[in-house]
This record gives sequence, structure tokens and C-alpha cells, in this order.
Amino acid sequence: MSFLKLYFRSPPAVIGLVLLLLVLAMAASADWLYPRDPLALAGRPLVWPFSNPRFLLGTDNSGRDIAAQIFHGARISLLIGLVATVISVLIGITIGAFAGYYGDWVDTALMRVTEAFQTLPNFILLLVLVAVFGSTITTVTVAIGIVSWPASARLTRAEFLSLRNREFVQAGRTLGLRDIKLIFGEILPNALPPVIVYASVVMAIAILLESALAFLKLSDPNVASWGNLIGAGRDVLRVQWYVSAIPGVAILVTVLAVSLVGQGLNDALNPRLKGR
Amino acid sequence: MSAILSLEAVSVRLPKNADRPHAMSEVSLALHANEILCVVGESGSGKSMTANSVMRLLPPGVFIDGGRILFEGRDLASLGEAEMRKVRGAGIAMIFQEPMTALNPLRTIGDQIGEMFQLHTDLGKAEIAAKVQELLEEVRIPEPKAAAKAYPHELSGGQRQRAMIAMALALDPKVLIADEPTTALDVTTQAQILELIRDLQKRKGTAVLFITHDFGVVAEIADRVAVMSQGRVVEQGAAAEVLGNPQHPYTKQLIAAVPPLEAPPPRELVSEPILTIEHVSKTYRTGGFLGRGQRVTHAVKDVSLTLPKGATLGIVGESGSGKSTLARCLVRLIDPESGSIRISGTDLASLSKSEMRAATRHIQMVFQDPFASLNPRRKAGEAVAQGLIVHGRPRPEAMIRAKELFALVGLDPSATDRYPHEFSGGQRQRIGLARALALEPQVLVADEPVSALDVSVQAQVLKLLAELRQRLGLSIVFITHDLRVAAQVCDIVAVMKNGEVVETGPIGAVFGQPQHPYTRSLLASIPGVGLGRALRPAEEASA
Repeated sequence: MSFLKLYFRSPPAVIGLVLLLLVLAMAASADWLYPRDPLALAGRPLVWPFSNPRFLLGTDNSGRDIAAQIFHGARISLLIGLVATVISVLIGITIGAFAGYYGDWVDTALMRVTEAFQTLPNFILLLVLVAVFGSTITTVTVAIGIVSWPASARLTRAEFLSLRNREFVQAGRTLGLRDIKLIFGEILPNALPPVIVYASVVMAIAILLESALAFLKLSDPNVASWGNLIGAGRDVLRVQWYVSAIPGVAILVTVLAVSLVGQGLNDALNPRLKGR
Repeated sequence: MSAILSLEAVSVRLPKNADRPHAMSEVSLALHANEILCVVGESGSGKSMTANSVMRLLPPGVFIDGGRILFEGRDLASLGEAEMRKVRGAGIAMIFQEPMTALNPLRTIGDQIGEMFQLHTDLGKAEIAAKVQELLEEVRIPEPKAAAKAYPHELSGGQRQRAMIAMALALDPKVLIADEPTTALDVTTQAQILELIRDLQKRKGTAVLFITHDFGVVAEIADRVAVMSQGRVVEQGAAAEVLGNPQHPYTKQLIAAVPPLEAPPPRELVSEPILTIEHVSKTYRTGGFLGRGQRVTHAVKDVSLTLPKGATLGIVGESGSGKSTLARCLVRLIDPESGSIRISGTDLASLSKSEMRAATRHIQMVFQDPFASLNPRRKAGEAVAQGLIVHGRPRPEAMIRAKELFALVGLDPSATDRYPHEFSGGQRQRIGLARALALEPQVLVADEPVSALDVSVQAQVLKLLAELRQRLGLSIVFITHDLRVAAQVCDIVAVMKNGEVVETGPIGAVFGQPQHPYTRSLLASIPGVGLGRALRPAEEASA
């Protein structure tokens, strides 16, 4: 297929895909490589990496295996990233589609709501939501989804504005199609590519937001997420810096991978934009 | 007489995945001083590439890979970029098809024309301003003083094209390249611009390379003609020679496809109307707050028309005449604010949204742009079946019907699971037609259905439309700006201007003895009036 060919032509996109597959492999093999609870005490606290073959990446300040937490944390980070992205993009597409298609007062009303969300710094809003609804993994994920939809709503709306008066949409209307069918059956498939590309940015932001929450010790403490590990390492940051640095690198690699894949998708979906 | 610009066996290479290896293959042309050479051909014939290769304005990945372009003794094909910049504008100037996009929207007209002098001469500010005034007067822009201060969007299309011509002629270039300069203009404006180009060319002795697809324009303006097809020049010679006595079969076919302006003998029409339009109006209001400072545009103003059963009603007019708005009112893509649209007893204008969805089966529409009117992510067969499915037919049955409809409009029934981009423009227009016919409508509204097509494809689609009208007993409302096309397909014609119908009647009568001055000026503006007529007898003799 020409799409895959276009995608694999760009080296950064391939690197991104390889990195992403690596992170996925870590998530998949976590139970098999580290069958024990990653949050259980494993040995002496603050063992440096590579000094004890039992703890390849050392232990944190409570004596938990860092490698086990990294592997299990990959699952949590990817899960949070993915679910939050789906929530945010679904909200964004729905609001953007209705605003762009109907225009007029529907557009005005929906866009004012979007602007209200955009003017609040989304991390502050996230803190408020977590403070009010508690910090279980579910509420954190949903909250991240809720604070990050406005940009995809604007993107979808812009696409709809340019597509809604195309002749093929008018043709659909003269055939007697209902609005819902026109919106989701005719226009949306054409409006989707830029939104899909943007979703990779949302995913990277979601992973970062969760770790930022965890750094402030506001994320779910009962799961082994990378953010929690960074948060734990905060107390010993000046001497045993590796406790924060190792999960930090993991986050960096994942976010980089997701962004590179997103960029690759963009180039492959809009081949005309490339080289400009 | 030696040529001022000559192309010697010029070839232009296309990127690897294009539909053919060369955009131009060994094109040889000679342009002499004080003459207009028309390069004519259909889309994809390489005629615009010819213009762009002379200016060395080729898109990335496309390059000249053979031959020489000689201008004043130098080979432009091998000139450095810095030297080429000196040739552009001063030696060879160019005007484009769409003056709106060719002008910078953020700078005034006078400023943009003055830039030519700033770049190529050392004149002072006051001198430049005086020169600009002189030029604007020369191209006969109304109120040249105000025009120099105007921004492109404040001028009309014709005025913008005049400004472009002024800019091109600023430095008295030896050669002027005009790439479809009148295609985006209305027919009356086109006539004025053609006259202007002809006049300026005579006065200044400029050599003009005129690119066009329209044989009418060729007949109007050309001294010599070169016909291009598939990147090759198939025939060239004096205009009268090529148009009156074409030698190459391709040229013959192209000229024969130009519809003559005379209407065929009138058909017998029944008196029973199928569609009655009564006092339909649509007004647009822009700007203003609570009614203050509002601009009101009467897009359609109190239009009443009748379409007899089985007839074709042509609605002709220039852009902005309201003909497309009227078409959209008929299918309720736009809601008219007053009047009634009766189709076999039902008033479409008064139906609610959901009632109208059910009534769409009686009246269907074919759109202008074959590329925009099909959803690029939906298979062609599905697009045709869609209407049937919406109106309650089971999917498998609808898909079978789609195949039958493909056969009906002359497409391969096995092509139903291809995507729109795999079809050519003419084929897509057939798909659009099949989609509209799927619901077996009584009335078909065709909004400029052939104006985006090449003349030979246009002839095929019009023939198909005539056949279908006969076979299915269709009644058609045919919107067009092209009076030649109207003359061929319509029984009755209504001429619109500024939202109003100024004249209506049987086509033969309206085109034969036009009553309204506007109709007369429209008919007088058609380029190459005698073109189709002069050729008919010759064609019959050969057949």
C-alpha cells in the first residue's frame, strides 16, 4: 500500500515506530519478566544501578525494584495516554463537528465553551478536578481527557468549515441525507486525517500531565506509574538522582516516539506538504 | 522576418510517477514581432507548460531536458537564475488566468505596478507614479487615479486583469505571454479584454504568445495558431487556415466539438408544465447591527418561470446574475424567502426539512465541479447507491441498481468499487449524473454540468444528457454561462441579470431576435461568433 510506503520512507518516522514498539514490548513483557508486584519491597533501599545483578536498574528509596516499576509503569503510562487521548479526541470531534457544521448560534455557543476551557491553564484545571474527584487512576485519566480536548475541537471545526459547503456534501443533502449522516458519514472521514495526527500530540501531553501530577504526589499512589517513581525520587534528588532520572528517560523516549510517529503520519497522510 | 522568440525541439521532463514521461516533447514554435500566436489545446496538452518553460517557472521536479529556447540570441533554457530574473518582466512578461491570486492582496495596485520600475529601472518616486498613471490610462481602467490606490479586492475581475496587463506591459517587453487570461472572466468582460490586448499589441508591436483552450477566443484574436495534444504540436499555421481548413484529425475533432451558436430546429413541446416557479426571491444581508449599515443583495428577485414536461429550460447569465442561487433554491439547498416552486402539485418552497428530504426524489441536481462533487473517501458505486438506500431500498438491491445506472451513463459497471480519483473528469461527471438519476427524478437541475470539462468531453456529456432526456422523459433545468452550450441543449431559455429574468422564450427566438439590450450585448460578446457555423458545411461535405 502506498500509505505504508510513504510512511517508511522517512527515517525519523521509522525510528519513532521502533521506539514505540520497544515501549509496547516492555509493557507486554512486564508480567513475564517481573511477575512480582512492582510496588512490593524487594531489597535494600537506594541500590545504585548495575551494582547488584538482582536489581539491574537499582532500587528506590523504599527498596522497590526500579526496573520492575519501569516495565509495569510502561503499561500505566501507555494506558493513561491512550484512554485520555480517546476521551479528548471524541469530545473534541463531537463539539468541533457540530460547531463547524451548523455554524451560527450553535457555533457561537460551543466555541465560547471551548474558549472558556482554553483560557484556563489546563494543568490548573487538572489539579482542581483531581482535588475535587480524588486521585484514582480512572479519575486522573478522565480528568486529563477533559482538560485537553479544546485544540482538537478547533481543528475539527476548521476542517468542517471548509468542507461543509463542498459540492459532495450538497449532493448528499439533495439526495435526502439526514444531518447526522452528512456530519459523520460524509464530512468526518475527510476531516479526520489532521485530527488523527494531532491525537499523537494529545497522547504525549497526556503522558506528561500524568507524570507532572505524580511528581506533585497527586496521582494514584497505588499503581506503578513512571510519574510516581519520579515523585518518589524527588526526596533524594541531589544524591541518588537516578531514581528520578531513569523514569524520566523512559517518559522522554515514549513522548519522543509518539511525536515522531505523529509527524510520520502527518507526512504520509499529506504528502503534498512534505518538502515545503 | 526572423523570430523574436523561438522554441527549438524543447522537451520538458515530468517526475517519474506522472501519467507520461514528458509534458512537452520536441515542441518547436516561432513567435515573430507584432503577431499573436495562439497555443490551443485541451487540459493536459502541455500548453501551460510551454508558457512556464519559457519563463522558466516550472514546478519542482519538472525540468527542461532537451532543445533550446532562443530569445534575443540567448538560450533561456541554460541561462543562470540571476540573468533569468532580468529577462522576466523586462524582456518577457506574463499575465495569468486568475488575476485575484496573481496580485498581492495586501498591496495597492499602483504599488505593485510601480514595483516593476523599482526593480528594473532607477526612476524616482514621482516619475514612477506618473508612469503608473500613464499605464493605467492605457489599459483603460475607469478612474485610474482611484484604481492606483485601490487594493485588488476592491476592483472587479475585469479591472484586475487590466491592472495585470498594465503591470506586464510596464517595461515595454518584447514578448507578452498570456496564459488563459480571459478564462476566469465573464463573456462581456472577456470581449473587452481581448479587444484591449489586440489593441495594445498593435500599438506597441509586442509579440504575444496566447495560451487558451477556447477556439472562439482563437478565432477572435489569433494571427497564427499552434494546436497541442499530449505535449506535441500537431498542427500550426495561419489562423484562418487552421480554423477554416484543419488538416490534422485532432484539430478537426476539436473544432467540430465547438457547439455552433444557432439552435437546432425547435422540438414539439407539450403544454403541461412539470415545474412552475412563481415569484421566487432570495435576498442576502451582510454586516450591520440591528439593521443599520446593512448591505442588501437581491440574489434572486421575483423570478417566475415554467418548465413544460420533457423540455429543457436554460438559465443563462454572467457570474453574479443569481442563476446558481436559483438552482439551489429549486432543490432547497438554499431556502427562498418568498414565492412557490411547484412540482406536480407540491410546493417545494413550503415543505418542512423532513418533508423535503422525502421530496428530493422528485428533483435532483448535477453539480459543476466533477472533482468536488464526489466524496473522495466513498466508492463511486456507493455514491450512486446512497440515495436509494436513504429512500428505503435494501443495500444489495441498491448496489445492483448502481451497476445498471453505471451502464446507463456509459460507464463500465464493474467500476463501481473504484474511488472517484481513479476516474477522469468526464467520467466523474457521468457518476454525478448516475447519482442524480438513481432516484428517478422528474426534474433534473444541472448547474453548469459541462463548464469544467474539455470541449470534446463536453460534447460527449451533452450528447449523453440529450439521449437520457429522450429515453427517460426527463425535464431539465440547465444552468450555464456558455451560450453556445445553451443553444444546443435548451428548448426554452431565460436570461438573468442581477437576480432578475430579463428575457425568456424559445431558444431560437431569443437568440435569433433578442429583444432586451442585455441579451444582445451577451450574444455580441461571444468570441468567434461564426466559428461553428462556418465549419458545419465543410463537415457535412466530408461526411
